[in-house]
Amino acid sequence: MRSTVWLLAVLAWRNLWRHPGRTGAILFALALGVWSMVSLAGLTRGALESQLERAIANLTGHVQIHAPGYRDDPVIEHSMPPPGPELRAALATEAVSAWAARVRVPAIVVSERESAAVTLVGIDPAQERGLSFIPGAVGAGRYLESVDDAGLLVGRKLAERLETRLGWRVVLMSEGADDELADRGFRIVGVFDAEPEAIETGYVFVGRRVAQQMLRLGERISEIALVAPERDRIEGLLERLRAAAPGLDVRPWTEIEPLLVLTEELSNVVLVIWYLIVFTAMSFGLVNTLLMAVFERTREFGLFQALGMRPRLIVGQVLGESLILIALGLALGNAAAALTLRWLEGGLDLSAFAEGFEMVGYSPVLYPEVAASDVLAANLLVFVLGLIASLYPAWRAARHVPVQALARA
Amino acid sequence: MEPTVVCRKVSKVYRQDAVAVHALVDVDLVIPRQDFLCLYGPSGSGKTTLLNLIGGLDRPTSGEIVVDGRRIDDMESGALAHLRLHRIGFVFQAYNLIPVLTARENVEFVMQLQGVPAAERRRKALEILAEVGLEGLADRRPAELSGGQQQRVAVARAIVSEPALVLADEPTANLDSKTAENLMQLLVHMNREHGVTFVFSTHDRLVMDFSRRLIGLRDGRIVEDRRREAAA
Repeated sequence: MRSTVWLLAVLAWRNLWRHPGRTGAILFALALGVWSMVSLAGLTRGALESQLERAIANLTGHVQIHAPGYRDDPVIEHSMPPPGPELRAALATEAVSAWAARVRVPAIVVSERESAAVTLVGIDPAQERGLSFIPGAVGAGRYLESVDDAGLLVGRKLAERLETRLGWRVVLMSEGADDELADRGFRIVGVFDAEPEAIETGYVFVGRRVAQQMLRLGERISEIALVAPERDRIEGLLERLRAAAPGLDVRPWTEIEPLLVLTEELSNVVLVIWYLIVFTAMSFGLVNTLLMAVFERTREFGLFQALGMRPRLIVGQVLGESLILIALGLALGNAAAALTLRWLEGGLDLSAFAEGFEMVGYSPVLYPEVAASDVLAANLLVFVLGLIASLYPAWRAARHVPVQALARA
Repeated sequence: MEPTVVCRKVSKVYRQDAVAVHALVDVDLVIPRQDFLCLYGPSGSGKTTLLNLIGGLDRPTSGEIVVDGRRIDDMESGALAHLRLHRIGFVFQAYNLIPVLTARENVEFVMQLQGVPAAERRRKALEILAEVGLEGLADRRPAELSGGQQQRVAVARAIVSEPALVLADEPTANLDSKTAENLMQLLVHMNREHGVTFVFSTHDRLVMDFSRRLIGLRDGRIVEDRRREAAA
């Protein structure tokens, strides 16, 4: 058995190199296909990952806790008390990397010249570290120092729109907890940069207690946001949080940002379609090459049968050739993709298309991200379907009656 | 002793378009062990067809064929392949060596399919190559050998696993007379020393001269079957 397998392997390998040009061409095509599959998957996964991470950092977190009704109508009436001992205990476990309690209400910001609708976010500056983008986003001025910090952080675009600047004063207006107008003047102590632009124009940040005082909220808050060590393994945490906060609305990021989930699913479908298109093109080349080889060697296959080789071994020989081609194509394609993705590690700058990218929430610089599952899927698809596609030429090789095959000139 | 080949009322009809071509008609033939016989006759007389039927490369339209004690005309193709592998050797007019294998590997081919261990395979192959006068050429591929040398490799491949029967279809057709004579002397030697039964199909007078039995075919029928003193 072992000697037969070795014989088939030797025959397959040497037959492949009877036509080095043809073998080289199909190897190039296979490698190119695999390279495109893996590279595109890396870039797509990178774009998705950056979009997802950015959305999570842009105040979403992995889990949010609100008062019932807040998600549909994020107004001050839907505030909630600060976390009690049970919820604090659940938030203090290793399953939570960071968490923060926020005040988050709609407001109007008015400068000397302009006004704009924004979301006023009252934060604990220390709690936001490791949770959201804001601690690292202040490009001019300073970050907030405490929950009592009366300074205001505005986005660069909003500052431009309001025709105001660092150090100047603006007025924030919102509805107070008592249904009366709540307003207060703030000095801009920091200007932040963020992507997408809607974050810069849509949010302003103040110390949480200052916000609570302005809105006459007492200790009440709008939301608790948290991140876990792994965003896709939060089922247990969700259960514990729901048990610790009965009556509150505890939601994972997948429900808060359903569009992101949809985008991920759509991207997976697009990747599979791309894989199939590339594979179909490759398989035509592969089958054609094998059919040519089989046709040219009809007489040889007849000889093999005459000498006592069973048809299934002839099938094995052709499949062996296919296996070698596929394995080499996969190795070359994966190596080329690895080199390409490594080369792009520093990011693929697509700022020329930045506007379009930003509209769908992508960063203009794509950082490839290799998912083992994508690479495995591409390799398995080419390997398994490639061998299945090769069955036809293999069957053609084995189906000849030896005397007819030998009679062929 | 049981004969190597028995053919009883063997007929073969080919269909060419709507026309039936009777390649063999009711052929009866018994080939005893260690026979050295030649099928001769004009083109289309049925020599190659009979050879192919005896070798299990094709099936008769009617009649019975027994090879090495086993009826092969209705044998399942896997069993037929097994019989060819273990009991029948073939030598073809066009040598039909495997171009990607060396002379030694070509000789080892059948033994490899039989599962003979590598060391034994190699030893036997080198021995038989030396016996057919190809010592030192074992590592050459067919393209690097002359026609005569290729045919010797084919003979070595056919007899190395000591089959009961070797079928040779026009084995000298592509060889010059000197090379052909050397080859026939080699085959006679193999027949005597190894006890292998040889059946040839030929137009070549030389092959007939070396044969101990001549069977003439015409229009698919045996028209002559006589024994004679061979040249060597």
